[in-house]
Parts: sequence; C-alpha cells; structure tokens
Amino acid sequence: MKTIRLIAITVLAVTALTILGAHYLAPAGYEQQFRETPQAAPSMHHLLGTDELGRDRWARLLYGMRVSLTLAPLAALFTTALAGLVGGIAGYFGGWTERCCKLLIDLFLSVPWLFLLITVRAVLPLNVSPEASVTVTFALLGLLGWAASARVICAGAKDLMKSEFVWMARASGFSGLKLIRLHLMPNLRGALLAQFWISIPVFIIAEANLGALGLGVAEPLPSLGSLLRELQDSVMVRPEPWRLLPLAVLIVVISSFQVLLNKQEIRN
Amino acid sequence: MKRHYLVSTIVLLGAISTFAQSGGELRFCLRAEPKTFNPLLVEDEASETIRYLTGGVLVRVNRLTLKAEPELATSWKVSEGGKRIRFKLREGLKYSDGTPFAAEDVAYTMQQLMDPALHSSTGDAFRSAEGKLTTNVVSAKEIEIDFPAPVANLVNLFDTVAILSAKSPQKEMAALGPFYVAERKAGSYLLLKRNPYYWKKDAAGKQLPYLDSIRLDIEQNPEIEAMRYKRGEVQLINTVSPAIFEKLSADNASVRDAGASTDTEQLWFNQVPGAPLPVYKKSWFASTNFRRAISEAINRNDLARIVYRGHAVPAIGIISPSNKFWFNSDLKPHAYDTADALRRLQQDGFHLQGETLKDKAGNAVEFSIATNAGNRARESMATMIQQDLKKIGIKVNVVTLDFNSLLERMTQSYNYEACLLGFQNVELDPNSQMAVWLSSADNHQWNPNQKSPATPWEAEIDKLMRAQAASGDEHKRKQYWDRVQQIAWEQEPFIYLINKDALVAIAPAVKNAEPSVFRPQTFWNVETLALAH
Repeated sequence: MKTIRLIAITVLAVTALTILGAHYLAPAGYEQQFRETPQAAPSMHHLLGTDELGRDRWARLLYGMRVSLTLAPLAALFTTALAGLVGGIAGYFGGWTERCCKLLIDLFLSVPWLFLLITVRAVLPLNVSPEASVTVTFALLGLLGWAASARVICAGAKDLMKSEFVWMARASGFSGLKLIRLHLMPNLRGALLAQFWISIPVFIIAEANLGALGLGVAEPLPSLGSLLRELQDSVMVRPEPWRLLPLAVLIVVISSFQVLLNKQEIRN
Repeated sequence: MKRHYLVSTIVLLGAISTFAQSGGELRFCLRAEPKTFNPLLVEDEASETIRYLTGGVLVRVNRLTLKAEPELATSWKVSEGGKRIRFKLREGLKYSDGTPFAAEDVAYTMQQLMDPALHSSTGDAFRSAEGKLTTNVVSAKEIEIDFPAPVANLVNLFDTVAILSAKSPQKEMAALGPFYVAERKAGSYLLLKRNPYYWKKDAAGKQLPYLDSIRLDIEQNPEIEAMRYKRGEVQLINTVSPAIFEKLSADNASVRDAGASTDTEQLWFNQVPGAPLPVYKKSWFASTNFRRAISEAINRNDLARIVYRGHAVPAIGIISPSNKFWFNSDLKPHAYDTADALRRLQQDGFHLQGETLKDKAGNAVEFSIATNAGNRARESMATMIQQDLKKIGIKVNVVTLDFNSLLERMTQSYNYEACLLGFQNVELDPNSQMAVWLSSADNHQWNPNQKSPATPWEAEIDKLMRAQAASGDEHKRKQYWDRVQQIAWEQEPFIYLINKDALVAIAPAVKNAEPSVFRPQTFWNVETLALAH
C-alpha cells in the first residue's frame, strides 16, 4: 500500500512539474502546424507523432494537461463548495429550510443542462479568445454540477445532526458556527473530498462532450477533452495506439488522486 | 476437335456471364430513415434514394454524359420558348402492382406536383412565374404540358419527377422504376424487390434489373458502415469520408475516388448593413480588396492535402470543374500569395504594426469564423485558415456552434462575422442557383433579402440570372452564367475553398458499376448492376 501511495505521489509530482514546465518541455507551440508531416508516427522530432493538422501531439498533451488539470479541479472546488454550502445548510437546519434547499437541488437536477449550456454558448459573443472560452466552459460546469453532490452532503449532515456526539456538544452549549467548525466540517470532509475528486474526471469528460456540441475549448487551444475527441475517429485508433495516451494520462492522474484520497479517508 | 473445344468454351463463358448477371441481393446503408415515400415530397437523401430506385421518370440524366435519355418517354419536344413540352410515351407499361401506365398518370402527377398546397420542393423547380400549369392529354401515349412562363433546363428537371399512378390502389407505393418497396422495419431496414413489370431490357433482350432485391440497412455511423463493408455485409458505400477511404484503401478494400464532386465548401463575411457589428468591421467585410486578400492568404492546396488527405481540389468558384458544360473554364484558382494579399490590404489603408494588422483607424484586424459543431473537416479548415491569416497579422477566433444556433445567427439576428459552411449542389443547372445569387433571395447568405441590390455587381448578377432563367437558348444561358461566375470570382462574396472528391466504395462482387461524381454516385445505373456469385 505504501509503494502504491509513493507511486501516486510521484505521478502527481511529475504531472505538476510537467504542467508547470510545459513551455520548456514542448518541442513546439501547441498551435504550430507542421503541414508537411500531418499524422506522422512518433519520431525523435515528434515524440507522440503529429495530429491530422500536423501539430505536435506531445506539445498538445502537455498544454492540454495544463488547461484541464488546472481548470477542472478549480471547477470541482467551486462545485464542491456550492454543494457543501447548500447541502450543509439543508442538513443542519432541517425543516422548511431543508425542504427549500431540496427543492432547489431537485430543480437543478431536473434542468436539461446540456441544452442550457448550448443556449448559453449561443448567446455568448463569438469573438472571445480560446482562453476565455475554456474558462467560461469550466465555470458553467462548476456552476451547474453541484446538485447531486449537495444531496450526498445533505444526507451526511442530517445523520451527523442526529449523532450522539452532536447531541452532547449541543447539551454542552455548542451551537452555530462553533458546532459546524468543530463537529460538522471535520466529519463531512471525507464526503466533500470524495465529491471533489469525482467531479474532476466528470468535468474533463463533460468538456470533451461539450466540444462536440461547440461549447468546448476553442481551437487551437488543447485540453484533455479535445484530445479525447480524437478517439471518436475509432478507425484510426488501432493503427495509431499512441492516440490513447491522453486517456491513459487521465486515468493515471485521477487514479493517483484517488489512491491518496483513500488513504486520507482511512486516516479519517 | 479444336473447334468443338472452342465452342464449348464460348458456351461455358456465356453461361457463367448470364449466371453472374442474374439475381442476388445488393446491400447498402442509408444514413437515416426515409422521411417520406411520396416521391413528390422528397427532400432528404434517404427518401431521394428510394425515389431513385423505385420511381419511373420520363427522362433520366445519364450521370456520366450528363445528357437526358429517354425512359418512360420515347421522345420530347420543347416549344413556345421553353413554356411547353410534349412527350411521346412508351406503350404497354405497368406499375409494380399491375396497374397500366398512361398519359393520364403524367397529367395527374404534374397537377399534384404543382399544387401549391403540397409544398413540393421538386415542384418549386418548375415554378418560374405565377400562374397555373395546364396539361393536355393528346392521346394515351402523348401529353403536352404548358407552364405559365419559360422554365430553364426544362427537360432535365423531369429526371426528379417520379410518375405516380392516378388509378392504383397502392397510390405512391406503386412503382414504375426497377424496384418497389416490399418490406420495411422502421429504424432497421427496407427491402426493395425487383419490379416484375419493369419495362427495360438489356442488349440481349433479358429483362432488367439483374438484381432480385436491394436491402437498405439504416446505419447512422459511417465507421460501423465501413466495418460492415469490410466484412462483406454491405457492398456499396455512396459517400466515404477521406479518413475511412484511406483506412479501407490500406486494408485492400475496394474503394474509388471518382474525382471532384459538385459540392463546395466556402467562407463568407457578413455584409448585412443592419448586422450588430462595429461599423469599422462592416467596412472591412464590404471591401472587395479585403475579401480578395483573405482569399489569397488561404492556402487551398494545404486544405485539400491535409484536411481531405488529397481527396479534394482547390475550388475556383460557384461551379465545380466536374460540371463541364456550365463551368467557366477561363477561371483559374486564386493563387496562394500572402505578399499580394498584403498589397491589396495596403490599398485599403491596412498596415502591419509589429505582427498585427491594423486598419487605417488603428483597429487591430480580428474576426471570428463560425462553423457547425461536429463537422471535423470544417473545424480543421477553420483552424488552418486561422494559422494562414496569422501570417498576415490577422487574429481569427474559431467558433463552433450547434447548427440551429448558427442558422439563427445567419438568418435571423445576423450576429456573426464570418461563416464557414458548404453547399451540396445536386442540380447542375444554374437555375438551381437562383435562390443564392439573386440579391432578393433568402440564401444570398452574405446579405440576404435585399430590397434593391446593394452593389452594382450584385445588380449585374441579378440581371444576368434573370436573363439566363428566361432564355431557352442554352448557349446564351452559358454566356450569362459565365459572366456571373466571373463576377463572383472577382468580388468573392463567397470565398470558395475546396471541392471535395466523390469517394465511394464498391465491392468487387458488384459488376457493371460505373461510379459518377454526381448523385447517386454508385447506383445511378442500378438496373444494370449485378452480383458475381
């Protein structure tokens, strides 16, 4: 278990360094088109070959990781904070406050968010930079993705409020913020962390799907999602297995996070 | 003995040949369920396929020679300057249910087709002016049709009019073509069987079609279609993407590049005066020099070579060179020349400041190109254009939108700067382009529905388009249409990018296939297609 944890820490450290050093590690700009060598196989010049427009896949993977592994956790943090706030309030207060919060949660769960996102994209100005476009995409994902997590947090908070140690704390005069800070928050941390880690790959995949609908990362900026879209061209995956690398990176990074999370949960 | 051996060999070969050209079930895929079986209401590709395979038409345009050939009509005569056509019909023909065919059926079909309440787009092609069509059944085998005004390309238009039966209890399902719809499972397949009463015979007097049946499987996913083709489950693919074409080719599957199709991909700038765009951008887009410069800065050869993997040619203009008669052969592709592009821009006061192009008021030149999401080829072209224009200091933002949002911006709010889309040019005649090139037309995309032409060159195009539509003289029409192509080439309201090749897959077992660049590419001669056993 210790070895696995060590591997996970190493993977995450390497990923972080790679993201930070993308500028130095990439042999070319992510947007540069080597038009004489489109769809080239891996070589010394292009470690992972080139894509259909002749862009260096390695460079695009590095920058794609930077975009997705920075913005997806930020969106996940935002969504977890919202979920913690709404779910926590509902569970803590109960009664009509809980009913109101649950109504809001149900409302958000029943919103056809895909169509909502398409509508939002349709009304956004067209002349926005790719960086702004990707930020808007992840911000929307964060804003709309909290409802399911809030249900989990609400249930957890309600259970805690019925637990003996909370009764005892109340009997000892604990209330309000002190009760939340000392008893509720530490006990909900595991659930909140789980929701946070679960949201990251969900948002990365969601961004890839949105790309197919026009709400993803705008060209030429890469993201893990836009790189995963290349797998739609399934006829080319078998002869060019290196196209699977973004998927492999995503799985390894998320698994590493989860290894650390499990350890954290066990400790809790 | 030697002679005896020779005779035996010839007989054997003859027997094999006859065997090879008889029976069997041809299989291929439709990308969607046909929306209608009424041939007069056809608008989608799947319904068009059913119409082509089952419908009997008076004349058929040969997809290789592009000449009209007799089908149900043995001869025809156009008179009154293109307002009247008289058909002499074949005798003794029957629909697939045994109902006899007569001139009344042609009259019935034409009356139905031109009924405004039907809203038939096939009928719209005959509608050159207000007024009613009249039919005169001269005899059981002769009919005269009068239109209120001359109809350009009148004879060829009948290629799309499948003649309905006025008397058959099966109504539009009674077929005069080589096949009829025998079975249908919604969302799964259609089975067409040989029409036992089909009139056509081959040179040896054998009744056509050779095939017993055609099974059309509904398959939306082109990659699954390609896999099924490789496994031998389907024998034709009418439209193959360049990626799948290369893959099938590498796997030694039988694929053919029939040459440049008539389909175009183009970029245009929003020139609608009331569009919600800054005034300085409107003035860029309205400038011929600006549009020509953008055109010259785009490397079309790279678009064809990289995005379409060499299965496309740089576009010259409205008409593809494959449309040999109507193409203006004096026109050449716009050269890729960034120096000349900058020279043109300088004429309008644009100048490079560092690596950024600025207009005379100092505004950095930046615009967005919108295209429909999910179309990888268009997204790739837009990304390549983005890099090409960066070389002359222009920043391009590529935006992909779902098709309805894009359409809303193009036709309602006009809230877009440039758009990259394509046209499928099914009709070869310039008359089919009236809805695009008349300044008052809805599809005059860069500035639609104009009350009066906004520019002198649009006024000239209007005049030429109306003149070609009213003329019955094909050579005069060609002159007018050549001039329209010339103006469009000079002004570039549409910056034509490439003409895609018609890529098809035809299994070696399919005999007598002669793929064409025109629809339906692989099975236009379906009655003579045969399967080797």
